Amino acid sequence: MNMKIMVCVKQVPDTEMIKVDPVTGSLIREGVPSIINPFDLNALEAALQLRGEYGGNVAAVCMGPPQAEEALRDCLAMGADSAVLISDRVFKDSDTLATSYVLSLAARQFGPFDLILCGKHSLDGETGQVGPQIAEFLGWNQVTYVSKMTRTEEGFVIDREMEGGIEKVMTRTPIVCTVTKTHYEPRKATMKGKLMAKKAHVETVDSKTLNGLDTGRIGLVGSPTSVAKSFVPPDGEPGTVIEEPTAVESAAKLIKLLTKAEAI
Amino acid sequence: MVKTDYKNIWVYVEQKGGEIESVSLELCSEGRKLADSCGERLVAVVIGAQTDTACSSVEETGVDEIIYVKGDEYANYTTDPYVIAMTKLCEKYKPSAVLIGATSNGRDLAPRLAARLRTGSTADATEIIFNPETEDIDWTKPSFGGNLMATIVCNKTRPQIGTVRPATFKRAFPGKKSDLILTREDISVPSEEIRTRVLEFIKDEGDDGSKIEEADVVICVGAGLKSMDQISPFQELADLLGGMIGVTRPLVDKGFYTVKRQVGQSGKIIGPKLYIGFGISGAIQHTAGITSSEVIVAVNNNPNAKIFGCAHYAVVGDMFEVASALVEELKARRNGKS
Repeated sequence: MNMKIMVCVKQVPDTEMIKVDPVTGSLIREGVPSIINPFDLNALEAALQLRGEYGGNVAAVCMGPPQAEEALRDCLAMGADSAVLISDRVFKDSDTLATSYVLSLAARQFGPFDLILCGKHSLDGETGQVGPQIAEFLGWNQVTYVSKMTRTEEGFVIDREMEGGIEKVMTRTPIVCTVTKTHYEPRKATMKGKLMAKKAHVETVDSKTLNGLDTGRIGLVGSPTSVAKSFVPPDGEPGTVIEEPTAVESAAKLIKLLTKAEAI
Repeated sequence: MVKTDYKNIWVYVEQKGGEIESVSLELCSEGRKLADSCGERLVAVVIGAQTDTACSSVEETGVDEIIYVKGDEYANYTTDPYVIAMTKLCEKYKPSAVLIGATSNGRDLAPRLAARLRTGSTADATEIIFNPETEDIDWTKPSFGGNLMATIVCNKTRPQIGTVRPATFKRAFPGKKSDLILTREDISVPSEEIRTRVLEFIKDEGDDGSKIEEADVVICVGAGLKSMDQISPFQELADLLGGMIGVTRPLVDKGFYTVKRQVGQSGKIIGPKLYIGFGISGAIQHTAGITSSEVIVAVNNNPNAKIFGCAHYAVVGDMFEVASALVEELKARRNGKS
């Protein structure tokens, strides 16, 4: 049986490369490359493996600025069948609830889908909220922190990566799953894939062409949360420095101090 | 929505395998401060197939009220029944805020509950403060891999929902309030509305159940460890202090330890009584995971190591020499005493 799968992807700054202006507390974005959120690539890989086993097709969907088209072309190069970019300045400052609302509308417009896969969270916001909130707006079930999905006659057996172990659950489609990195190492795009992706069509929708959009529910106005401020975590005050001539003396001094402080 | 119609700070008490999650008790004590600073009541919400044990541990944290929901459909956490129950409770009682532990299940519940109530949710906060000027909670959370802290507000809608990172706050048990109100709410969810069934829980292999995030003492070792042959002084030190070994990411990448022992932003966030870091430079990805420790000791041969910025005791010296010297010193002291 064919499966129609939507994969949500987000373009994020590479946090390994990021620097913060210590005075203004804002991110220095210049020279920081944008990458596809790594967990979204795990979600895409999971989708491609499911398609490989059961047939069907995979649509990559991204809400973001026009340059996010590049991220979608990377998804096409990896093997996604189609790509949708949702881009409009009115979406700016949308929080997770507003973003999920927009993505749920896209799911209706470009579906119907059996599965929606997201990364477990994004590298920039690190919230992991969009998957469950898309599920709510669609009225679907959700399974979060998914490390493995196995299709059965009745639906899916899914491994959830939890604190201290794996929880196995069973459920039926349609489902929104958020995927971890454990089992779905993303494949590399082939040269042929890259060439095809260059020429492929990326469907673009804006606030006017996204069906059923209520503009009161997007952007800063439609978002229940907003960022009041951001700042660089402060450096702590340096503590007691212990630098005796020998390690043995340093150790003795440390133990004396820790004993006095009742830390040991 | 009239914001002033919503009152009281709620803590969602999470249970797993019949045991209360440590973070829930941490939230009761931090929630107490929050409730006191905004002049509202602190209410714990307990949901489960069994609720008695959880209620009695929660009582000791000094909450003003406990609301509990009991039923077989809540034996394991699954999204549907828990979201239904929490939604009904929120609609009936109108809390101003709901604090949820940022565990896998807490982070499954919070966003979905927020979406159903059409309100805002903040994920993985490490600071929660009532702002008397705005009368909203300032939820501060790390973002961009800990490079930036963001303060999030939910200033238009109620309840303000958020998950809070485990081991960020300390538990406190000031004792049961004499006027504690205990309320049972009956909410039953028909089985056809529960779409997920939990089949089993498979504990991690080689996991003796001890979790680094619950250890009182953590001896953390960095990339200076070139092979597992060098681990003995650190392991011995950990054993002497009744602690566990934690590591930085490079050691996990090399396969020395599993990710369960990785301390930092992308690993475990810890808050032990004593942390001793050996040969750790202090990248923010790591230090973001240790700042709640009561006492932080760092040992590094570089006097300018970044980790010294957050250490209470900065020992300048070779990690292996200092570790061995600490072991000898501790043994000598203990022998002397006995």
